[in-house]
Amino acid sequence: MAIEVRIPTILRTYTDGAKSVKGSGATLDELFSDLEARHGGLRDRLVDDAGLRRFVNVYLNDEDVRFIGGLGAPVHDGDTVTVLPAVAGGAG
Amino acid sequence: MLTISAELRDKIVAHARADHPDEACGVIAGPVGTDRPERFIAMLNAERSPTFYRFDSLEQLRVWREMDDRAEEPVVIYHSHTATEAYPSRTDISYASEPGAHYVLVSTRDDDAEEFRSFRIIDGAVTEEEVTITAP
Repeated sequence: MAIEVRIPTILRTYTDGAKSVKGSGATLDELFSDLEARHGGLRDRLVDDAGLRRFVNVYLNDEDVRFIGGLGAPVHDGDTVTVLPAVAGGAG
Repeated sequence: MLTISAELRDKIVAHARADHPDEACGVIAGPVGTDRPERFIAMLNAERSPTFYRFDSLEQLRVWREMDDRAEEPVVIYHSHTATEAYPSRTDISYASEPGAHYVLVSTRDDDAEEFRSFRIIDGAVTEEEVTITAP
């Protein structure tokens, strides 16, 4: 239970308002599944069938996990995972 | 209502003009809970596109941490449309995920006329709001 996950304002409805929660797992995917057990609905806002949702950025320590294996990225005790809403848009 | 200084408004417009025909984007940070835009932060448009913008993810992490450390939040999130009106597109609405932020849009479609508008975007609903410009 020693990976800290920082949650953005928009998703704190799933964490009873907490700015960060703790979880465990060997990969990001396992970590998100572990969080889902206590914070139902959260995983669905982070992940879809194709992998990480494009509306969120997920960082492992200082790295964007999209560059280091996505959901398969290995995580370890003491790591910090940060979730931020992607800021994007445009005339389209 | 968005209250913003003429100086900050001019910085947004200048950034939008400089990056035209690509879309420009950025943030104005302010102390948490004050609704006061104070610190101008131009962001890279990682897409470098005339029809799309996306904050570079690593730059965003750095800037968001900096705001956290300074007890700030993104009071304004701005971007430009370069060929269409300054009104949130469907893409803008689908990505909008800061219910506390003022979403400022600037259009650079006309060289002479200024379009500077501000919106709240909450759960997919767009509400335009009045913009009050204060002395620099």
